[in-house]
Amino acid sequence: MSTARKRAGQRRAPWLIVPLAALAVAYVAVPFAALLQGAPWNDMGELVGQPIVTDALRLSMLTAFAATGISLVVGVPLAWVLARLRFPGRSATRALITLPMVLPPVVGGAALLFAFGRRGLLGAPVYDSTGFLLPFSAWGVVAANTFVAMPFLVLTVESGLRAADQRFEDAAATLGASRWAIFWRVTVPHAAPSIVAGSVLCWARALGEFGATVTFAGNLQGRTQTMPLAVFLALESDRDAAIALSLLLIAVSLAVLVPLRDRWLTA
Amino acid sequence: MRRRVTWRIVVALLSVLGAAACEGTGDGDDGRIVVFAAASLTEAFGELATGFRTTGGGVAVELNLAGSPSLRTQILNGASADVFASADPSTMTELVGAGAADDPVDFAANRLQIAVPPGNPAGVRGLADFADPRLLLGLCAEEVPCGTLARNALASAAVTPSIDTDEPDVRSLLTKVQAGELDAGIVYRSDVLAAAGTVEGIDVPPEVNATATYPIAVLTEAANPDAADLFKAYVLSREGQAVLASHGFEAP
Repeated sequence: MSTARKRAGQRRAPWLIVPLAALAVAYVAVPFAALLQGAPWNDMGELVGQPIVTDALRLSMLTAFAATGISLVVGVPLAWVLARLRFPGRSATRALITLPMVLPPVVGGAALLFAFGRRGLLGAPVYDSTGFLLPFSAWGVVAANTFVAMPFLVLTVESGLRAADQRFEDAAATLGASRWAIFWRVTVPHAAPSIVAGSVLCWARALGEFGATVTFAGNLQGRTQTMPLAVFLALESDRDAAIALSLLLIAVSLAVLVPLRDRWLTA
Repeated sequence: MRRRVTWRIVVALLSVLGAAACEGTGDGDDGRIVVFAAASLTEAFGELATGFRTTGGGVAVELNLAGSPSLRTQILNGASADVFASADPSTMTELVGAGAADDPVDFAANRLQIAVPPGNPAGVRGLADFADPRLLLGLCAEEVPCGTLARNALASAAVTPSIDTDEPDVRSLLTKVQAGELDAGIVYRSDVLAAAGTVEGIDVPPEVNATATYPIAVLTEAANPDAADLFKAYVLSREGQAVLASHGFEAP
């Protein structure tokens, strides 16, 4: 931390760089300032204490954590495969996994419906034999969140693995460590900062997910209504409530993101 | 030297942006009006826009289609529009109260209908089925007009609904019924007609059915008020009303 600050202090920025950076900050800061300025501070406690808000916040947090968990379990292995193995179709695989980032989330939600819905490619046989249905359930929200947010984890971890020094893995292998032991005791610890950064991005993206969730899982208070859905509907009828909900969502994400970043990324 | 060149580029860029901004707000553009219309008017107003262009002296109509409350918010926040056609008298009343619109006139009415997937696989017969917890059922959210009307109709029919999703607008509800993911949803009659072939409609008894009224008004900040007046008159004319009727709307 202190060495970084010292280095930055010694460096003088080329003349246009700082104003352009300030412009970037202002562009993001001004809308948030406007949001704060329009906030109904007096009614805040009453607005955010309603059951509709607490239900939505609890569901958003739980589903975002569940989506991050699922993304970690399958996404870290995928990142390793993309970073370490050479196989035909690797670029195509990476492009495919990136698609949900590029696609309008509503389209992603529709695609999920065609795949896992009651009449879907995989959903129909599962529903017919077991009666299990993803849409209109909290698991549907997790499914939509995972689809949209997992690419952020995979791409971050992949670039972390590529940047890591592979000679440590080679050394462990010469010393007779098993492949599994190398993965757990050398690769994963070296990639830890990128795994944390990827999880944080993934969680944040899942927390704000709107389009795929509403299209695939629907909107019902207590079951599938997450914070972004509650904010969107509040905006139709009660602007003050919508702003209060947005501020709560921002506060919660900052409360989770800031300590995580300080703990893991500035070492 | 290099610094001077960079400045010239910045100045050039700024003047281009400035010119573009002036063009955007410039008045005296007689060839175009901007119409903000409720999402349920999508097909009908598409046809009315084409019709007006051919009969109204070549004035092009630019449509901005969204839920009525969103359009109201956009107008109140300074969006440049000439005409507002709402699916909900209360949003219009709000605009008139804020001095943003003048002299609204009702130009169409719409009724509710139950939409089911083709062949009605769940065997839905009427509003009473909306109390069945075994069915997958959807309504519009209470916050949008079709959701308020549907809840009124269910209350009049003394049905306590067992709902699986409150969709943010009527089109997303219709999409889930079309996909067969919902067994039934309550939408507008005009929506069922627009989606003919991909959904079937079941009538809601007239004694419990609520009517949605659609008001239209020229906005006080209209850049092209004369053409906007003409468009409003065209929507209310016999020809305009015939177009609306062909899309499932009734006379107000």
